[in-house]
Amino acid sequence: TTALVDIPAVSMPIETSVVCSGIQTKKNHSYYQRKVCKTWVCHNPPPPLWPAMSYLEFNVMTCLNFLTAKDVTYICPYIGALRGTLTVTNYRLFFKCMDREPAFVLDLPLGVVSRVEKIGGASSRGEVSYGLVCKDIRNLRFAHKQMEDSLIKSIFEILMKFAFPVSNGLTIFAFEYGQVYPENGWKVYDAQAEYKRQGLPNESWRITKVNDHYELCDTYPSTLVVPVNIPDEELKRVAAFRAKGRIPVLSWIHPESQATVIRCSQPMVGVNGKRSKDDEKYLQTIMDANAQSHKLFIFDARPSVNAAANKMKGGGYESEDAYQNAELVFLDIHNIHVMRESLRKLKEVVYPNIEESHWFSNLESTHWLEHIKLILAGALRIADKVESGKTSVVVHCSDGWDRTAQLTSLAMLMLDGHYRTIRGFQVLLEKEWLSFGHRFQLRIGHGDKNHTDADRSPVFLQFIDCVWQMIRQFPAAFEFNEYFLITILDHLYSCLFGTFMCNSEQQRVKEVKKTVSLWAYINSQLEEFTNPLYVNYSNHVLFPVVSMRHLELWVGYYIRWNPRMRPQEPVHQRYKELLAKRAELQKRVEELQREVTNRSAASSSERAGSPTRSITPVQTFV
Amino acid sequence: MLSSLGSAAGKSAKPSFVSYVTPEEIKSEKEPSRKEKHPDLLPGEVVFCSASTVLKYTQDDLSQRGVFGALLCTNFRVSFVSDEAPTEEMVRTAVTLNNGQFDRSLHRYEDKKKLITGGLVKNKYPSKIIIHCKDLRVFQFSLTFAKEEDAKKIFQGIVHHCLEPKSLRCLFAFSYCENTSYPEGIGNDSTLCFSPPEVQRKKQTVMFDSVEDWTQDMKRTKGNCRVVSENSNFELSPKLPQLFIVPTNVSDEDLTKYQGKGLPMWCWSHHSGCGLFKTASIPLVQEDNVFCRMLTAVAHNHLYSVKTEDLSDTLPTVQDIQLSYNKFKQFFLIDNTTEFWMSDMKWFSSLDNCGWLDIIRQCLQKAVEVVECLEKENTNVLIMGKDQLFEEGCILFDKGWPHILCPDILFDIYIFFTLLENVCPTMTLVTEVNSPYQPVPYTLYPHTPSLTVCLSWQAESPYTQRGPLNCLTVWDWSVQFDCKAQDLFTNPLYTEKPKQDTSVRKSYRPKHLRQLSLPSSAFKTPPKKGFFKDEADNLKKILGVKRLSRWMLSPSSDSPQTSSSVREFYEAWQTKPLDYHGLLLPCLDGPSIRVWMQRYLRWIHDVQILGGGPVAVLSKISEILGEVQELQRELDRYGCTLTSNHKGARPRAKTAAVIAARSSVRLSSSFPFVTSRNWSFKPAIPTSLLQSLMVTGMAGNLANREDDGGDPESLV
Repeated sequence: TTALVDIPAVSMPIETSVVCSGIQTKKNHSYYQRKVCKTWVCHNPPPPLWPAMSYLEFNVMTCLNFLTAKDVTYICPYIGALRGTLTVTNYRLFFKCMDREPAFVLDLPLGVVSRVEKIGGASSRGEVSYGLVCKDIRNLRFAHKQMEDSLIKSIFEILMKFAFPVSNGLTIFAFEYGQVYPENGWKVYDAQAEYKRQGLPNESWRITKVNDHYELCDTYPSTLVVPVNIPDEELKRVAAFRAKGRIPVLSWIHPESQATVIRCSQPMVGVNGKRSKDDEKYLQTIMDANAQSHKLFIFDARPSVNAAANKMKGGGYESEDAYQNAELVFLDIHNIHVMRESLRKLKEVVYPNIEESHWFSNLESTHWLEHIKLILAGALRIADKVESGKTSVVVHCSDGWDRTAQLTSLAMLMLDGHYRTIRGFQVLLEKEWLSFGHRFQLRIGHGDKNHTDADRSPVFLQFIDCVWQMIRQFPAAFEFNEYFLITILDHLYSCLFGTFMCNSEQQRVKEVKKTVSLWAYINSQLEEFTNPLYVNYSNHVLFPVVSMRHLELWVGYYIRWNPRMRPQEPVHQRYKELLAKRAELQKRVEELQREVTNRSAASSSERAGSPTRSITPVQTFV
Repeated sequence: MLSSLGSAAGKSAKPSFVSYVTPEEIKSEKEPSRKEKHPDLLPGEVVFCSASTVLKYTQDDLSQRGVFGALLCTNFRVSFVSDEAPTEEMVRTAVTLNNGQFDRSLHRYEDKKKLITGGLVKNKYPSKIIIHCKDLRVFQFSLTFAKEEDAKKIFQGIVHHCLEPKSLRCLFAFSYCENTSYPEGIGNDSTLCFSPPEVQRKKQTVMFDSVEDWTQDMKRTKGNCRVVSENSNFELSPKLPQLFIVPTNVSDEDLTKYQGKGLPMWCWSHHSGCGLFKTASIPLVQEDNVFCRMLTAVAHNHLYSVKTEDLSDTLPTVQDIQLSYNKFKQFFLIDNTTEFWMSDMKWFSSLDNCGWLDIIRQCLQKAVEVVECLEKENTNVLIMGKDQLFEEGCILFDKGWPHILCPDILFDIYIFFTLLENVCPTMTLVTEVNSPYQPVPYTLYPHTPSLTVCLSWQAESPYTQRGPLNCLTVWDWSVQFDCKAQDLFTNPLYTEKPKQDTSVRKSYRPKHLRQLSLPSSAFKTPPKKGFFKDEADNLKKILGVKRLSRWMLSPSSDSPQTSSSVREFYEAWQTKPLDYHGLLLPCLDGPSIRVWMQRYLRWIHDVQILGGGPVAVLSKISEILGEVQELQRELDRYGCTLTSNHKGARPRAKTAAVIAARSSVRLSSSFPFVTSRNWSFKPAIPTSLLQSLMVTGMAGNLANREDDGGDPESLV
């Protein structure tokens, strides 16, 4: 009943149709056939939030089927025990139960698995059971009969092997995935082009090549924007005073006021209150580059206590004595460990079932939304200073790659409508998160079995959650929809694309460009990710309300596995239908207009001199 | 009016949202220099007292400045007329005083807040008054600069007229309707609908004040019961409505014998034939017999099955609800920003603690249970309750209610929350888009929580005896709102029931039947001839012998099991394609029951989302719809020009939301209650209350840890 064969597969594309929320969508899929069993590349049915939810077409050559076991029981917390066939490949775990109508399918990229554990010993019924703890807020439990041969053991072992390739000396699947997409996703972000869009370089800011080979700072991108009158030599001295050499550099400049958003890491003040003339001068120059204000705000993302505690380890914060005209503000955002703990609690509260009676108290006890509130409030203060105060701001935390990335990218999202488009958001992620060295590999732990690693933390998830909160508050201001955000998070873990691999641009430059970028996939089906109600208010600054009253748990992500929480009404579908109707009518009107023009042209040529009828074009108001 | 140049200019400068301001207020806006400031009074409205140089202020107004003006108290409202060229915010200060619109008034005296809930106020007068309104607005006035005599008068006047219990007869609605046949004050604005409310009313809302209305509604739902008109002069019982419907098996004798006690009254019929009935609780022991009779009568309605649902056992009492709402309400009556951000910290647990949302969930759950009986088991349901509050809730939840009630149903994802807030008895039936003033909605009157739901018939009875009274009803939206404002009531996404001819409609039925599982009651046997009599006897036996125990098994008597059955019912419904005109069930899980932000938060400045909120979607959708309609018209026009050379009709005006959206692109989430014009673009930044509070104790160790263990590891 079990196949453990390793023969090159014969492939042929077939049409599979998937029913999602009542809408039939047909997608062309590859299909993988073995001698003994069939692996269906199929859709993941649990969240039919959006039509055609796909876990992607497969490149057959790189997907190897390693195990197929029949009569495996999946113990679903909502439906109950389901019997079916379990297949494990080097990319995914696939479970299908044919007893139900429609067939129950579970399709899980192994990258999502955080840990695999055996539950209990062999039971009296001779069953072994093991659980998969997943990074996307769910746990899966399987059980099957203990068999004479050691194949049972092999399920566990194969899972352990392929879920954690890095720990086993294997390559992450993204490096083998060979699907070709029409667009090269790696071309989405070009630092030079992005700075050019912002009007840089200009008379106050220049692009420096000092980090071209990552010798100034190995966690920074190669392209950096710094004040014009600070030569590269001085930059190096500033780097010596900033943690990990992460000097203050420009992230965003206000198109009118020239107020800037600057990011960096903490100054190496230490217990003795060390100072750096170069650093002080540097910040003064940043302030001077903005003629509108004679002040500079330094936002330290940490709680003041933690910032002070960092002095013991050589770090610290800017003293207002040393930095004249600068005002230091602590934003009270907690560290990665607090956030990790908060998410763990949140998972307890929402998965698998929700206790109805104390829902809000339970939610509050996780502090998750409180953290979201603090992050949003911090970004709001930054955006307010830049927009309303016309003041430049410097943002840092300890190293400037976690909380700093959250704050700068959220502030930029509030300030600049470009980042609220699909491509603009991709640029924002590439720039503020990937190029500035948010340590994705470490924070997510791709392919690493060490699930207790203290470096793991849902920092990026929090950021996406904050974006979702903004989408909710401004439903027409973003070009992308909720599904776009969910897809990003799904592929944050899936290890199918190279986008979130590695910890820095330097590491990524070498190997990762061989993989497929997530943006290649997303941009190949933009329709799915577009908000039908998008109104391009590009010049509008968005100030979200950060009160708890307006913050909400992102049910569509955290509770999406619970079938009861599925939306009752396909509102998005309604919106799309409406737009389709409009498009169709527009087309018909245009056709008729043309016809009228032709006729009147014809008649006017007949009766020369009669005035042609002017036709007002159909106008769309946005 | 056009003769005066100034007023004409003022008129043209009127922003589009002006429709939410009473015309009389607009007038005061036009003549700010007039010495004696008065809002234009409604017919029948009398000024009781007034004070000038009153300072209206907000505590944390960034500018820290108030506005001087005159404060007036009439038999209808408390009104503030600003001295300065009135800003929008000022004009809408009029507060309906009627019927205790004031929740309570606080006065600040010697730095102490003292709650005034009515009763005697001595000759003292406070320097400041804080007024909390029932619609959750908060106003602060300073009387320091007013003449002492005026200040005293206005304070006592407000306290007297707002807070002290008055006879119902004193309500403004009575003066209003005596003085007007239909509202004149509004009629002269050109933007208004002209159809007299009487006509409109007949067209739109069934008032259930005639036998025809009832019969028609019964026919609509294919009910087969009997309309009782014997109580038209309240001869049976003053507590019963004039008209109602009972099962056919209720005899005339039954009607008179018990003075109408325990009569099961028809509410609605399911298309399978089973019906929903309600009754006041009957004392079981004494009048067992009555109850049996009535139960049998209900059972006769369809298939001899009936389930009873005693709401007084399973739902919170009126006192519970009142208590909970009073707590809940406090979250929104916020005097200043600091208080707001303080309460923000514990927002979720406070929500839990006040229990309001839980009450709403219970109410909804009960309604779903009742619907389950009707829809799945096809049994008749008899709802019993001492107070009839929740019954209404349940009834409204039947899928029929949109047709009974009003045209402004939001078939949005939020439908349930919207509905639910409407349903909840302790609240005013304030529709989502309410005006900042609430003039004369008669139907809303029985207002005090402990009274009744706002169904007119209940309140009507004691008064109609005195002679016919023709109060205006709230459904006459034109009394309060002009066309543009009324447009906001409609959900642009609402799909009307496709019109089908009767033959098609018949084939529509089986679709529903497919959903019906077998009736689980003991009377599963299909109805055949001869069945009725036997089974009826049988039923009587059971009823007599077993003392109803079997029948009293209310759907929720054993809660864990039922809640799981409700769960299953919901899940089964969920798997079926959504039929907007069929059964709609609310999701009852924790995160789905949320606070109705648009109602509760609309006056709080700090939570207004500038340029966002649901109105952003609404206006966009209306815009698209408008375009679609325009294109359609254009097509028609082209059709005409191509065939004949007729000119098509000009495209009609857009909906209010669209116009508003374009006139000021950035609406706030509180639109249309508050418009954002006067606001600074400053975001609301939480006052820094050290959040490290939360970390101490729970995650202290973690909070103090270093972010990163060691040096960055290289990729393996």
